Amino acid sequence: MNHQKIKTDPVHYDALTKQVSPPSKLGQGLLRAFWVGGFVCVLGQIIADIGTKLLKMTTSDGFCLTAIVLVFCTAVLTGLGVFDKIGQYAGAGSFVPITGFANAMVSPAVEFRREGMVLGLGAKLFTIAGPVLVYGISASVLVGLIYAIIFP
Amino acid sequence: MVWQTLWMYSKVFLVGGALCALGELLCLLTRLTPARILVAFIVAGVALSALGLYGPLVEFAGAGATVPLTGFGHSLCQGVIHSVQERGWIGAFCGGLTATAGGIAAAIFFGTLVALVCKPRMKG
Repeated sequence: MNHQKIKTDPVHYDALTKQVSPPSKLGQGLLRAFWVGGFVCVLGQIIADIGTKLLKMTTSDGFCLTAIVLVFCTAVLTGLGVFDKIGQYAGAGSFVPITGFANAMVSPAVEFRREGMVLGLGAKLFTIAGPVLVYGISASVLVGLIYAIIFP
Repeated sequence: MVWQTLWMYSKVFLVGGALCALGELLCLLTRLTPARILVAFIVAGVALSALGLYGPLVEFAGAGATVPLTGFGHSLCQGVIHSVQERGWIGAFCGGLTATAGGIAAAIFFGTLVALVCKPRMKG
């Protein structure tokens, strides 16, 4: 039994993982995120244009429609297991748009449904969306209060 | 008219793509998880919007600026500011969620629906 003791301090571990993992293709990752993310935004603009021009919605309602339709598409693609593959290819191109927010809600909800309707599905829906809402809403309330003090 | 539309869509593509590439850059260069990047993007959106910097980007690039999560922060912030202008300080608590209700409610509703219909699958 002569197990070699592996050094596991963070610096050494970083060096080890760099040796083992393939060279990260920074340019390729950026390009993929760029074109997929751009494409998702163009889809969003098309939906908004359909809303404002064909359905005679206001601009803000048009963007609301965009959010709803993109979230719906993401939910379906996540349920079918397709979104995971897009995510592996596009990285931030899939999770920075609102599609990422939707995927972050649907994916754990599907996975943890077997733990029950309330503490499984209901709670895990907010595993990642929770923090996003917590800090987003807190920041906006802070801005609102400061605004109310400066411009009473 | 056609060229105008094409130009608009190019702007949407370029700005939306650039914001996503920025997220990817953060992801690759730092050890931030996607969840932390989402939080950073939404807070950055709120801050930039409050400083009046994000509004012009939305006018320039439309969905290219509103679809990324920074746009979600922008909606929160603008909702709060409009609400404070109309109703006073209480608007700070009411305006943000009103403005973003569509996206949040859709994500909760469709998420629940899909989770009820789909079976979990193995990853990888």
